[in-house]
Amino acid sequence: MDNLYRDFILEHYRTPHNKGHLDPHDLEFADSNPTCGDEMSMTIQLDDSREHIADVAFDGRGCAISQASASILTDDLRGKSLDAIKAMDPKELLDELGVPIGPARLKCALLSYKVLQGAVRGSEVAWPKEAEAVAGA
Amino acid sequence: MAVQQAIPKARAEIPGGFSGSAVRADFPIFETPTGTGKRLVYLDAAASSPKPRVVIDTMADAYAHHYANVHRGIYELSEDATARFEGARRKLAAFINAPSERECVFVRNATEAINLVAYSWGRTNVGEGDRVITTQLEHHANIVPWQQLCAEVGATLEYVAITDDGQLDRDDLVAKLEPRDGRPPRLLAIAHVSNALGTINPVTELAGLAHDAGALVLVDAAQSAPHMPVDVQAFGCDFLALSGHKMLGPSGIGALWARRDLLEEMPPFLTGGSMIIRVTLEGAEWNEVPYKFEAGTPAIVEAIGLGAAIDYLTAIGMDRVREHEKYLFERAWAALSQIPGVRLLGPADSQAHAGVISMLLDGVHPHDVATIFDHEGVAVRAGHHCAMPVMLRYDIPATTRASFYVYNDLDDVEALTSAVGAAQRVFGVSQ
Repeated sequence: MDNLYRDFILEHYRTPHNKGHLDPHDLEFADSNPTCGDEMSMTIQLDDSREHIADVAFDGRGCAISQASASILTDDLRGKSLDAIKAMDPKELLDELGVPIGPARLKCALLSYKVLQGAVRGSEVAWPKEAEAVAGA
Repeated sequence: MAVQQAIPKARAEIPGGFSGSAVRADFPIFETPTGTGKRLVYLDAAASSPKPRVVIDTMADAYAHHYANVHRGIYELSEDATARFEGARRKLAAFINAPSERECVFVRNATEAINLVAYSWGRTNVGEGDRVITTQLEHHANIVPWQQLCAEVGATLEYVAITDDGQLDRDDLVAKLEPRDGRPPRLLAIAHVSNALGTINPVTELAGLAHDAGALVLVDAAQSAPHMPVDVQAFGCDFLALSGHKMLGPSGIGALWARRDLLEEMPPFLTGGSMIIRVTLEGAEWNEVPYKFEAGTPAIVEAIGLGAAIDYLTAIGMDRVREHEKYLFERAWAALSQIPGVRLLGPADSQAHAGVISMLLDGVHPHDVATIFDHEGVAVRAGHHCAMPVMLRYDIPATTRASFYVYNDLDDVEALTSAVGAAQRVFGVSQ
């Protein structure tokens, strides 16, 4: 169990980075995890070029995995171009989490990725294939 | 191959009179340790139950030695298969005290049974301006079919409120049963036992109230038929739905029971082979009930497997199953209540609560609870339990749910409370 709930995961869960709601914001999106009903929203401010992220925040309640994943993901977004985010491989996020995530928890780990993609693309995206092992309820 | 009927060993100290840990020997699933090398503590019967060996063997035997299509062949093997299939229907009828096995329709599961009623009875008996009443306590299977029906015919769906401790608000039900513009509600669709909270509804009393008001009554017995006596005549209901896979039987088989006169009047739901007497190019004549509602080749071996599961449960006795689970519930509720940071949902009174415990741990999300439990060998359900309106009622995203059955015992209660401790330790919320 210590494998999954390592200290850094629990630290991100207890004191998540970038948590809250940016106002004003340029992009906003919310989505949910059908297996548990957890909801997550993301607000994004763009820089003057309108092509790069200046600031980002996520909000919502969820399990340690989904909250830590959102905290870790949003830490890396400032300065990134929207095109780079659209091209982002969900595996990068799973690698960064660095803990073994079973099939039943993949949607928890990838909810933040899905919300981010929805925000930069302006509409809901499908679950990445990595998360398709478990269907909704 | 002869299939032996397993009889659980007696144990005096539990009021139900049998030992859950001895019963475990009848279930092959318990032979294999979990991925972390622990004894499997299976506390998710409310989602689906493991199968005793006798059910697995009966099905293998049916496929190996007694298999042919039913109701068709003029040869011995088909007659044999038909006799076993119809034998299962008789066992089911006796299990729910149906006046006749002709009132028992085999379907896939309780969801399909409720859909059958919503499509067949609903589309012919519920019209514009009518009302259907269900409750906030229901599984989605007893909500969505009625939402669809009401949206299609212009009827209104109303939900009886639930109290803070997860019981139906009787006053609200009585108010909703009142006629409106001189019209009584058409139907009360209600769970016998809530899958999300474990609440036992007094269905006999509620059916009486609904009938007095002029409404028919559908009982969703998916969570009760496996765990306590279910008697359609004592309930006085008009329809009853159940699933085989939750009561030690295979998946893919369930049943709708309905009053004969209702079934006679209802149009078919699915059409095709088996459900007709005669087909011409101009039309068709329906077969008699229940076959009118069983289009196509049914789940033959699954029905036979369900019959074996019913034999197994009947050998224990449903009163004893209920006593056994009530005892485990009381012990678990008492132990978990002692742990700071644990919030238990549903009625505290074991008379009104089935062997299901829905809980919240302060500071730990139910998904994380279930993952840590899994590591401890304890299988529970975490989520909204297909009852999102219940979660909305208490403003929670999800709960962790443990549910007991015949193979559980006090060692499982102990494993549950110790897993709660493990979850609190990992998250540093022990007090």
